[in-house]
Amino acid sequence: METTTITNNFKSEEYFINMGPQHPATHGVLRLLLTIDGEIIKKVEPDLGYIHRSIEKMCERDSYQQIVHLTDRMDYLSSHINNEAVCLAVENALEIDIPERVKVIRTIIGELTRIASHTLWWGVMGMDVGALTTYFLGFRDRELINDIFEETCGARLTMNYNIPGGLMYDIHPNFIKRVKDFIAHFKTKLPEYDKLLTGNVIFQKRMKGVGILTKEDAISFGASGPVGRGSGYSCDVRKHHAYSALDKVNFKEALRTEGDSLARYEVRVQEMWESMSIIEQLIDNIPEGDYKVATNAVIKLPKGEFYQKVEAARGELGVYIVSTGTKNPYRLKFRSPGFSNLSLLNHIAVGGKIGDLVASMATLDIVVPDIDR
Amino acid sequence: MTNEALQKLISSWIPELEFTEEGSQFLNIIVQPEQLHQLMTQLKSNNETSFDYLFCLSGIDWGKELGVVYHLESTIHRHMVVVKVQTEDRENPTFDTVSNIWATAEFHEREAFDFFGIIFNNHPNLKRLFLTEDWDGFPLRKDYVDEINMVIK
Amino acid sequence: MNISLSITKNIHEWLFSIMPEGIASITEMVLIAVVYLAIFAVAGLYLVLLERKVAAWFQLRIGPNRVGWWGLLQTMADALKLVSKELTGTERADKFLYNLAPYFVIVSSLMALAVFPFSQEFHAFDINIGVLFLMAISSIGVIGILLGGWSSNNKFALIGAMRSGVQTISYELSVGLSLLTMVLVTGSLQLSEIIEVQKNGWLIVQGHIPAVIAFMIYMIAGTAETNRAPFDLVEAESELGAGFHTEYSGMKFAYFFLAEFINMFIIAAIAATIFFGGWLSPFGITESIPLLGVVWFLGKTLVIVFLMMWFRWTFPRLRIDQLLTLEWKYLLPLNLLNLILMALVVWLNLTIQF
Repeated sequence: METTTITNNFKSEEYFINMGPQHPATHGVLRLLLTIDGEIIKKVEPDLGYIHRSIEKMCERDSYQQIVHLTDRMDYLSSHINNEAVCLAVENALEIDIPERVKVIRTIIGELTRIASHTLWWGVMGMDVGALTTYFLGFRDRELINDIFEETCGARLTMNYNIPGGLMYDIHPNFIKRVKDFIAHFKTKLPEYDKLLTGNVIFQKRMKGVGILTKEDAISFGASGPVGRGSGYSCDVRKHHAYSALDKVNFKEALRTEGDSLARYEVRVQEMWESMSIIEQLIDNIPEGDYKVATNAVIKLPKGEFYQKVEAARGELGVYIVSTGTKNPYRLKFRSPGFSNLSLLNHIAVGGKIGDLVASMATLDIVVPDIDR
Repeated sequence: MTNEALQKLISSWIPELEFTEEGSQFLNIIVQPEQLHQLMTQLKSNNETSFDYLFCLSGIDWGKELGVVYHLESTIHRHMVVVKVQTEDRENPTFDTVSNIWATAEFHEREAFDFFGIIFNNHPNLKRLFLTEDWDGFPLRKDYVDEINMVIK
Repeated sequence: MNISLSITKNIHEWLFSIMPEGIASITEMVLIAVVYLAIFAVAGLYLVLLERKVAAWFQLRIGPNRVGWWGLLQTMADALKLVSKELTGTERADKFLYNLAPYFVIVSSLMALAVFPFSQEFHAFDINIGVLFLMAISSIGVIGILLGGWSSNNKFALIGAMRSGVQTISYELSVGLSLLTMVLVTGSLQLSEIIEVQKNGWLIVQGHIPAVIAFMIYMIAGTAETNRAPFDLVEAESELGAGFHTEYSGMKFAYFFLAEFINMFIIAAIAATIFFGGWLSPFGITESIPLLGVVWFLGKTLVIVFLMMWFRWTFPRLRIDQLLTLEWKYLLPLNLLNLILMALVVWLNLTIQF
């Protein structure tokens, strides 16, 4: 775009504004301290901690089975994947062989979670740029996934389906059919998303070239998930450190090189297609077998340190367990994707307008409980 | 690069480093606080190591010592390494910041400061991140006591 | 001034027969004001309901359906609720301006409503500069928004108000020029005469190409002038919370809210009157029943209102610089060219007349 410099003969004054903690665009209780000159953002400083529950401290007093349930409350939109991360870490530490059936089911539900999370993001993203109808379309399809979860896990949001050693229950008899029905349904509905929002001229103008993040910066800021991949940074944990059944499936890592908000948007939309393809590859081949292996009622991890990364809906979730051989972790750290992604908000928003800040924040897909663990 | 090759290369830079793979899936480097920044700069800038991705920075209270654990990955070579640093000074535990090497460290170090009271030299904006400015103590330390809010079983 | 209060001649004559002339005309004016206030309230409330139903339809929902049959009393209930609510305010707000602002907005909308010919007989105030009057009155509303945003001592409100000022001043130009383009065809600013001219074909047909361009520009600029999506930067809820009316509550908020809908109605009504023949029926099919004029007028207006709702529920919002770029770099030059084109069309007698 052509830019012209206009000499500013008027004295302008920077002023300070509080965006949040109760603000529609901050998706929860994030508080942004903005320094603004007219409409132009000079500085964004996030102020966190409004819903900090100190999950890491709570983990230090809880048993490993209990910790799984706390992780639901971090990034509640990818609760299954969070559970999986802790379970995988514990299982690897105990060197338990997990049945193939468990791995496949975990992957299918994990990918369904990702689609559910992305549909919600898509709806909210549209709302943030002013297209209110997207919200309802996104939620319509997410409901169907939640229904599937409800039938199998008994919960819609905080599922607690994983336990160290496998799954809480076997899948519901209807599960396979319903997932297939959903995939067939969503394949017709996902193009609708593009029709409504992606192709819209205003939307394109709002997103293109806004909030640019270069690949170097993305790596330096620890961006992960769609934020990193939008900048051409191949950071899909599912590709580089495959876990569960993800090494058995073929899928393309969604990558864009532009690094702007539109690229991050496109990555997420493509990811929904890829997740559907992963589910399709697995849904017909769920192996027979046990849905869990028995573990001791009190799990004691050997002395040592264990790290497990998984690809949550928002990016790389890391679980770092330091064990001293007792039934509680000595220290447990969650490397949450949202936390690192939020740290680059100032970098991409400065110099833009207030509307740009909202648009780029929407493409970072921030879930505040994930940041305020 | 394999862990052995990494160990050989890195120990050639700073001989005093300790290496261990015991009880961890990564190569662990234990470094003295004075050499932390030098080591980190080299880990990032050296073409053979090029650890450009700091994916986790955790503060840990070891009981007697306070420490920081850096998990590093190279997006080019795809190898990983863990760097550990600790100090026995519990009043003023101080390390050099790595936020000028990896931008993500700025927030992670603020988190470590908030919960462990670890001070990072030269940090651009070292202040409480989650807790309020007037919060007393550092909650994730093992000796932190809060009789009202903490439920001990 | 040519004030022809001719809603029904019977009432007029009856009033004058039982009262002295002065009192009678005052009574008549009060009566008409009451009637228009009623129209205003009902139109506002039902436009809100319509908006909610249309939104629900777009969004695969049912919309309001509990209060009254098909939710018809929903907005009445909402209004009652708003009346009963506490009027909060901010500390250190400029109380006088803060309280004054909603009235600016609502009075200007109400005044604009007065000049519309709802039908041949149903026309409260047939002023010879009708179009100009409409333009002038509809731009007073922005003063209310500016005052409200400034005086509520809230930065979000202030940003919203400033955006509103910038936006309305810019788009006022396009609204004015596109209407002026049509005035070239009619040769009159008086709304009743504009409709008279359209007996030979609606202006959008008479003026053909430049008229269609003018209509499109008018719809874009008109949507922007009413601060509705995709131009709702004034109250962009994801950016500014509620924009200029962040600090208003209860009935004062309702005034802003109603005025927004009335303004939408006004913009649609101007479009219906100037481009689509107002109360005229297509090809004069119901010319023998003058009362049906109201139906035609409202029908045309509501179609355009629906169009504006369609915009709102499908488009994302523009950014402030894009908004201004659209106006100053595209719409305004296009509008000026269009004005010349229309002048040529009229000069060379290329208009289509039936």
